Amino acid sequence: MSEVAQEKQDLPAIERCHVLICAGAACVASGAMEVEAAMKSKISALNLEAEVSLFDTGCVGTCDLGPVVIVYPEGTFYVKLKPADAEEIVTEHLLKGRVVQRLLSKDADHVEVPSIFEHPFFAKQKRIALRNLGVINPESIDEYIAVGGYASLGKVLEMTQDEVIKLVLDSGLRGRGGAGFPTGRKWAFAKAVEADQKYVIINGDEGDPGAFMDRSVLEGDPHSVIEGLAIAGYAIGATQGYAYVRAEYPLAIKRLQIAIDQAREYGLLGKGIFGKFDFDLEIRKGAGAFVCGEETALMRSIEGMRGQPRPKPPFPAVSGLWGKPTIINNVETLANVPAIIQNGPFWYSSFGTETSKGTKVFALAGNINNTGLIEVPFGTTLREVVFEIGGGIPNGKEFKAVQAGGPSGGCIPASLLDIPLDYESLQKAGAIVGSGGLIVMDSDTCMVDVARFFLEFTVDESCGQCTPCREGTKRMLEILTKITKGRGTLEDITKLETLAKAITQTSLCQLGITAPNPVLSTLRYFRDEYLAHVVDKTCPAKVCRELITFDILPDKCTGCTICARNCPTHAISGERKQAHVIDQSACIKCGECLVRCKFDAVVKV
Amino acid sequence: MKTLEDLKRIREEALKAMKVREGEQGTKITVAMGTCGIAAGARETMSALLDELNKRGITDVTVTQTGCKGLCEQEPMIEVTRAGEAAVTYGHVDAERARRIVAEHIVNGNLVGEYIVSK
Ligand SMILES: Cc1cc2nc3c(=O)[nH]c(=O)nc-3n(C[C@H](O)[C@H](O)[C@H](O)COP(=O)(O)O)c2cc1C
Ligand code: SF4
Ligand code: SF4
Ligand code: SF4
Ligand code: FES
Ligand code: FES
Repeated sequence: MSEVAQEKQDLPAIERCHVLICAGAACVASGAMEVEAAMKSKISALNLEAEVSLFDTGCVGTCDLGPVVIVYPEGTFYVKLKPADAEEIVTEHLLKGRVVQRLLSKDADHVEVPSIFEHPFFAKQKRIALRNLGVINPESIDEYIAVGGYASLGKVLEMTQDEVIKLVLDSGLRGRGGAGFPTGRKWAFAKAVEADQKYVIINGDEGDPGAFMDRSVLEGDPHSVIEGLAIAGYAIGATQGYAYVRAEYPLAIKRLQIAIDQAREYGLLGKGIFGKFDFDLEIRKGAGAFVCGEETALMRSIEGMRGQPRPKPPFPAVSGLWGKPTIINNVETLANVPAIIQNGPFWYSSFGTETSKGTKVFALAGNINNTGLIEVPFGTTLREVVFEIGGGIPNGKEFKAVQAGGPSGGCIPASLLDIPLDYESLQKAGAIVGSGGLIVMDSDTCMVDVARFFLEFTVDESCGQCTPCREGTKRMLEILTKITKGRGTLEDITKLETLAKAITQTSLCQLGITAPNPVLSTLRYFRDEYLAHVVDKTCPAKVCRELITFDILPDKCTGCTICARNCPTHAISGERKQAHVIDQSACIKCGECLVRCKFDAVVKV
Repeated sequence: MKTLEDLKRIREEALKAMKVREGEQGTKITVAMGTCGIAAGARETMSALLDELNKRGITDVTVTQTGCKGLCEQEPMIEVTRAGEAAVTYGHVDAERARRIVAEHIVNGNLVGEYIVSK
C-alpha cells in the first residue's frame, strides 16, 4: 500500500446527515459564509458534530436564491437563508427532524418543493460538466476521488495516445470556449507535431458579460478541470500545463491552487503519475482584458508580453507557447473530458443533436424568474430553457428576445422560441452558442439600446491593432448613439450595414470579426424598431430618454405633491390638491415622478 | 499515486463517508425527536445508533429523525424499516437497546420482539 493510502486509515466516520452549503461566488456575496458560521456554532452548541457534518460545495445553479443549503439524505433544499434561519434549521430539522417549511424553495406556483431531487429547475437538466457542483466539497480531493475522480486519468494512461484521441473524437466533444472546434481534432494536430516540449493550457479567462460557468466550475469542481488537462497533456505528449484564470476570480484561483496542491500531494500531478506519466500545472493570472481570452493573445500574455492576438496560421497546435506545440482548451470543455473517458464516447454522444453532441452549460440572466447556471443537452429548445427551467418572465411581462453568445452573438426573437439550442441552429439564426450566456429580455427592452450596449463593450475591449475593429466599431457606436437620441437617418442604417461588412471582412481576430453581430441581428429581427427611432423619432419600448416624455394626467392627479417634492430639477409645479404639470424644458427624464406617484397619474409616452 | 489499486482504496473509503448524500438507502432508522423524546434520552439513542453502525462499518442505512409521535410514554422510540418490509417501532430505546437493535435487526434481520411497541 502506498503512503497516501495508509494515511487514509483514519477517515471521517459515517454520519447520519450531511449539510452542503453553496460556496459559489454569488452565494458568498449574499452571505453564505455568515450562514455557515451560524450553523456551525449552533451545531456545536447542540453537540451534533459527531453525527452531522457541514461542507462547502460548488454553485448549485440557483444563484439568485442564495445562500442555499442542501440537507442530505432527504435532499431538502433551503433557500435565501439568513444566519437566524440557519440556526432554526439546526434546531428544528437537524435536531428534531422537522423540515422548516417556510425556508424551502418554491416552484412557479409558489408551492414548496420538498427536495432537490424533485425541483423543476433541475428536472430538465443533464449535468455532465457540472456533475459535481452541489454534490462534493471542492476542497476535498477524497470526495472527488469518491465520485470516480482521477480514475479516468488512470484509465487513459493504460491506453495509447491515439486511442485517447480517437475516444474524444468519437464522443463528438466540441470546444466550449466559443468556436466549437472538435476537441479530438485539435488534440490530433498537436500530437502529430514532433517537438521536445509541448504545452496544454486551461482557458479560464471568461470575459463575456453575463457568463460565469467557467468560474463556477473552477470554484466548484477544480479537480475535474485538472484531470481533463492532464488527459489532454498525455494525449498530445505535453508534460507542462498552465491554467490562465482571470485575476477577478480570486475564489476560483484559490480553490484551483488548493486542488493542485492536493493532487501533487497524492502524486496525481508531478513525476510518475500512476508510475507512467510526468505532468505538472501552474496558475497564471489573467490581466483582465477580454481579448486576452483569445488563444494567441492569451499565450502572449503568459509569455509576459502584452495580450494582443496575432494572425493564424501558425496555429497554436503547431507553434504556440514559446513557439512549441500548444493546446488551449476551455474550462468547461476540459471538465467534460473525465466524464467522457469514464462513461465512454457513445454515452456522451447519445446526448445532443447530430452535429452538437453532449450538453452545454448556459448562464441565464436578465428578465427571467430563475437566473443562474443550467446544463442541458444540445437541442433543448429555447422555450424549454426560458419557460420550464427558467420559470418564465417576471412581473407578467412578455418575452421579447434572448441575446445568445454575448458581444459576439446575436438576439433571437420570440418567433424563434422553438429553436433548438445547438451550434448550427443558433448560427443560422444569426446568434452563436459562444460561451453560453443567455440574456433574456422582456417587452420593456429597446433593441437598439441593446445593440448599443454590446457595441460599447467591444469598443472598450478592442486591442486596437487593426483599424477596422478599432475605428469601425467606434463609428458604428456613434451612429447607434445618434439613433437612440432621435437624430438618426435612414442612411445611417445603410451605413451600419456597410461598416459591419467591412469590419467582419478585414479584422484580424474574432473579436473584430464578430463585433457587428449584435447590430446585424437586431437589424434583422427588429428593423421596425430602428425605423421607429429614425423615422417617427419614437422609442417603442420607451427606453431611449431623448425620445420619451413624462406627462401628468390631470384627471388622475390628486395634487398630492409627492412628485414635485422628489423631482431633482424642480420641473413639476402645481398647487396642493390641484393637478400638477411638468415643465418639459426642465425635465431630465429621470423617471422619479413615475415611480413616486401613487395614483398612476404620471405616464411615459 | 503509484497504481490504480491505490486510487481504488481511497475511493472506497471516501465513498462510505459520502453515502448519506445519495439519498435514502435500503434500511431506514427513524428516531423520534419530539420534545419529550429528547427529554427521555433520544439524543443518547441517536449517538449510540450511529456509533454502533460506524463500528460495524455499515453504510447502507439511513438514520433520520422525526418529530412527535404522540406516544410520549414510550419514548425514546425508534422505527426501523428494511427495504420491502413493514416499519417496526421500538419503545424505551436507550443506548444499550439501540446497540442490540442494530446487531439483531439491522445485521441479522431478526426482530427484537420484547421492545416492539404495538400501536
Ligand atoms: C476576443 C476573444 C475572447 C475569447 N475569450 C475566451 C474565454 O474567455 N475563454 C475561452 O475558453 N475561450 C475564449 N475565446 C476562444 C479561444 O480563442 C479559444 O478558441 C478557446 O479557448 C479554445 O478552447 P475550446 O476549443 O475548448 O473552446 C476567445 C476568443 C476571442 C476571439
Ligand atoms: S480584431 Fe480588434 S481585438 Fe482583434 S486584433 Fe484586431 S483590433 Fe485587436
Ligand atoms: S405624485 Fe401623482 S398624484 Fe401626486 S401630484 Fe404628482 S402626479 Fe399628481
Ligand atoms: S422625469 Fe424626473 S426630471 Fe422629469 S419631471 Fe419626472 S422627476 Fe422631474
Ligand atoms: S453561487 Fe450558490 S447557487 Fe450559484
Ligand atoms: S413529544 Fe414525544 S411522543 Fe409527543
